[in-house]
Amino acid sequence: MSSNTVLEVENLSVDITVPAGTLHAVSNLSLQVDKGETLCIVGESGCGKSITSLAIMNLLPRKAILTADKLTLENRDLLTLSETDFATLRGDRIGMIFQDPMTSLNPVFRIGDQLEEVYIQHGKGGRKEARERAEFLLERVGIVAPTERLSQYPHQLSGGLRQRMMIAMTLMCDPALIIADEPTTALDVTMQAQTLNLLRSLQKEFNAGLILITHDLGVVARMADRVMVMYAGRAVETGTAEEVFDMPTHPYTQGLIDCIPVPGRTEPGSKLGSIPGIVPALVGDLDGCMFRNRCDHVSDACRSGDITLTEISAGRAYRCLLSPEESKNKLSVEGAA
Amino acid sequence: MNQLMGQFGHPDRDAIPALECRNVGRTFMIKKGLFAEKQPLKAVQDVSLQVNRGEVLAIVGESGCGKTTLAKMLLGLLEPTTGEILLDGEPINSVSIKDIAKKVQPVFQDPYSSLNPRKTIEQIISLPLKVHEIGSKESRRARVEEYMRLVGLPKRLIHSYPNQLSGGQRQRVAIARALIMEPKIVVCDEPTSALDVSVQAHILNLLQDLREELNLTYAFISHNLAVVEHLADWVAVMYLGRLIEFGKAADIFNNPKHPYTRALLDSVLTPDASLGLPEITLGRGLPNPLAPPSGCYFHPRCPEASDQCSAEPPALIENEDRLIECHLYK
Amino acid sequence: MPDAIQRRDLEDQVDEFEIAVPSPPELMKRRAKSHRGFIIGGSVVLFFLAVAVFAPVLAPYDPYDQDLTNRLVPPVWDAAKGTWDHPFGTDALGRDYLSRLMFGAQISLMIGFFAAAVSAVVGSCIGMIGGYFGGRVDNFIMYLINVKLALPGLLVALSLVSVFGGSILALILILSFLFWDRYAVVTRSVTQQIRVNDYITAAQALGTSRTRIIIGEVLPNVMNQIIVIASLEMAVAIIVEAALSFLGLGVQPPTPSWGLLLSEGRSYMFFMPYLINFPGLAIFFLVISINMMGDGIRDITAPEGRN
Ligand SMILES: Nc1ncnc2c1ncn2[C@@H]1O[C@H](COP(=O)(O)OP(=O)(O)OP(=O)(O)O)[C@@H](O)[C@H]1O
Ligand SMILES: Nc1ncnc2c1ncn2[C@@H]1O[C@H](COP(=O)(O)OP(=O)(O)O)[C@@H](O)[C@H]1O
Ligand code: SF4
Ligand code: SF4
Ligand SMILES: [Mg+2]
Ligand SMILES: [Mg+2]
Repeated sequence: MSSNTVLEVENLSVDITVPAGTLHAVSNLSLQVDKGETLCIVGESGCGKSITSLAIMNLLPRKAILTADKLTLENRDLLTLSETDFATLRGDRIGMIFQDPMTSLNPVFRIGDQLEEVYIQHGKGGRKEARERAEFLLERVGIVAPTERLSQYPHQLSGGLRQRMMIAMTLMCDPALIIADEPTTALDVTMQAQTLNLLRSLQKEFNAGLILITHDLGVVARMADRVMVMYAGRAVETGTAEEVFDMPTHPYTQGLIDCIPVPGRTEPGSKLGSIPGIVPALVGDLDGCMFRNRCDHVSDACRSGDITLTEISAGRAYRCLLSPEESKNKLSVEGAA
Repeated sequence: MNQLMGQFGHPDRDAIPALECRNVGRTFMIKKGLFAEKQPLKAVQDVSLQVNRGEVLAIVGESGCGKTTLAKMLLGLLEPTTGEILLDGEPINSVSIKDIAKKVQPVFQDPYSSLNPRKTIEQIISLPLKVHEIGSKESRRARVEEYMRLVGLPKRLIHSYPNQLSGGQRQRVAIARALIMEPKIVVCDEPTSALDVSVQAHILNLLQDLREELNLTYAFISHNLAVVEHLADWVAVMYLGRLIEFGKAADIFNNPKHPYTRALLDSVLTPDASLGLPEITLGRGLPNPLAPPSGCYFHPRCPEASDQCSAEPPALIENEDRLIECHLYK
Repeated sequence: MPDAIQRRDLEDQVDEFEIAVPSPPELMKRRAKSHRGFIIGGSVVLFFLAVAVFAPVLAPYDPYDQDLTNRLVPPVWDAAKGTWDHPFGTDALGRDYLSRLMFGAQISLMIGFFAAAVSAVVGSCIGMIGGYFGGRVDNFIMYLINVKLALPGLLVALSLVSVFGGSILALILILSFLFWDRYAVVTRSVTQQIRVNDYITAAQALGTSRTRIIIGEVLPNVMNQIIVIASLEMAVAIIVEAALSFLGLGVQPPTPSWGLLLSEGRSYMFFMPYLINFPGLAIFFLVISINMMGDGIRDITAPEGRN
């Protein structure tokens, strides 16, 4: 592990007790984020993306049980950290941006007060420095009249502006890691492109690690340095954005890529590829490949046993019984068809 | 104007369009603050377009540009304050909402809020038949089963409640409810944007099949332009309540003319890892619909704005293969 | 088209990973079975209900039959004077106290139930209409609610009772007048939330009449709230009826209302405490179990969430 590493997670599992039994929301997930790097976590809803981010922030629901071999932020062990220490860490070293900024900004306080509060609370300086920092950041996130905006309340701003406020708030304390959970899902195309542009350039400027959670493959392709495809609480494929998009090795990744219409690639009006079947409920003992009910290449071997991640090269791995050659042949043939 | 529209959209001039808007506008009177005077908010202004039977008209634009308001007028849920809407050449304000309902039905964005959580699938899909007093209880059941098959819902779900269905299945229920009246036009307001990509593909494929099988006309609202390109025959681009470009989908996607349409297309993120994020040429000043800019509404954000643009509003004109509202095109 | 339909039939196969999600009725049944408060409260309420319904059969005596030779007989566990002839003793006029209590349950439950029901119908209609239509209709309804809230409820009730007298029907109507506003406030705000759902828009787009939308689409979604309030209001109605009768303004003697029993027993409180204890305990247990049941209904009918 290099000194560049911001976050390191090894074998993270999250189990949630539900009336029907134990729900394995995340199973044996490992990931690593470097300074200035963007890791995109992509997958369908319910596959454990949000739970993963909440686990890192220690904000899991109370019924959830977290186990991990390793969970460190800037070499600090988070597993043994007390809740008070965590509270000082959140907002300071880790910043979080949620899908709906309305729920993460407090409606009864002025934007400015909320931004400054983060700064003062973490002992970065007094009211005056806080205000200066807030104005500086608002300008950086492209808000025209920062002083006026700071005295407004969240409901007076549009969705896009609010999301920018959230980004500014996350950056108040210069965090080492930013976790953005579906930050642009509630925004329309132009706003999405602008917000992502902004997030991108600020992250580079502040040299922070970024975990971007999304189900939009377009966002992943354009933003990610590295990609982790999740399915049923597990990582099923990891690699750089080019590797994953140009040569997917897991049938699920291939399925996802085939099912979106892409101007220039898919013929207008043609049939889109689709993944049949449903996402498994993750309750009870999970055995075999969780994708087997939807997979075109399923064989008897897929139905039982533990299917492990096969590493192809450093940082490039997939969780499937097909050999690299097989997957290359089968998947690329299908992709071309 | 109507003359122009007639010639432009339809080489076959005798055909009566399935759906036509003539200078349709809707103004809301809204009150800002307790003691303020009511102010007019022009949610939709002067929109004229038409679409033939069996075609897909996509309406695109940023949030708040009036897409849903237009959709509600097409459904007869809101009355236009100006202009008129025609179904098969008949103005809809001369018919009752029940008669409009036989021709136009909606499919909404969020399949969680579009189905009553306290009703079974059978009750939900058969509601149109009950409201319109069609058939006996048995014949309604048979019809529900037929339409469940048509949209790919397993029969065993007929007595289930919405909470027992997946997002995709719920959207199929909403589609079945819309189709059971055998409407000619289906108004889809962002029908897939609350769905996962794999489910979205199922629903888009289904909508395509249904259109061919039942010769349906869609008014398809979306801000996912990739989906629009895939599905649409005609595209109407709206900005701040105004129609600013209208033409064949292929033409608009291959050669967007209006600066706003270009900006919209530029911000589409195709899943191509070799490309980075697009440069944003669009200015940031988001418009206030209560006090729209002078001249061309788009000029504060337009990279090609000139003095003329802030002074006088451009007119909607026919330019080669489309209608466009911009001083750059004569 | 047949071809397409066959193709889509493929989806009829049950998926290996499919799990059974309970439907709302099933879920409620399950929750009810494991809700202790609901079961205990419900059983006690059922017990009182059974006693009330079968009082004519179960009661050993006619509650109005006086027996002046057997006045103020203490309950059976009083070693000196108690007899099995009158397990709960007799009152000052020698009427069998157990029988009077049993018939008293009829009065309490009837007044409680009908007061809660009438106010539920009136209040919910008003609330749903205001919430659904909004605008001027809603302003008018808010005005009505505010006027009602500004009235000193109990005083109004007292004066109405003294004007209209204490027949059971009058009491039910007066109590309903006291209670309708709570339903109106709650159903109005719930309806406002429901109104913006797309299933309402879908119904509107069908040309469904407003009455039908309110009854068919809105009401099923407010019903649980109405039932919860109704159970709480029923408990309050029973107490208010007892209080009014105790003050001599409610049910008139010789009708065996529990409040009246309390009032009649008052003068013998120190010598014959059972005359106060029995109706007091009856009111206490009935009210507390109705409340437990109401809390239970609230938990049981809580919405199931998006999975
Ligand atoms: N009932 C109403 N009263 C007042 N203003 C309204 C009403 N309905 C819509 N508006 C306004 O009209 C404009 C257009 O709204 P509309 O809902 O049609 O937008 P949209 O294009 O569908 O946006 P989105 O993509 O967010 O769904 C907005 O400025 C909105 O605030
Ligand atoms: N509070 C909770 N209680 C029980 N189960 C939960 C809770 N939160 C999430 N889950 C379950 O955990 C799994 C992963 O959820 P989540 O991380 O939110 O998915 P994603 O963000 O990928 O859509 C899902 O099966 C979900 O139902
Ligand atoms: S392990 Fe088997 S079922 Fe799973 S993805 Fe690979 S081929 Fe498909
Ligand atoms: S009229 Fe002017 S401001 Fe408007 S779009 Fe055209 S060039 Fe831009
Ligand atoms: Mg999530
Ligand atoms: Mg809309």
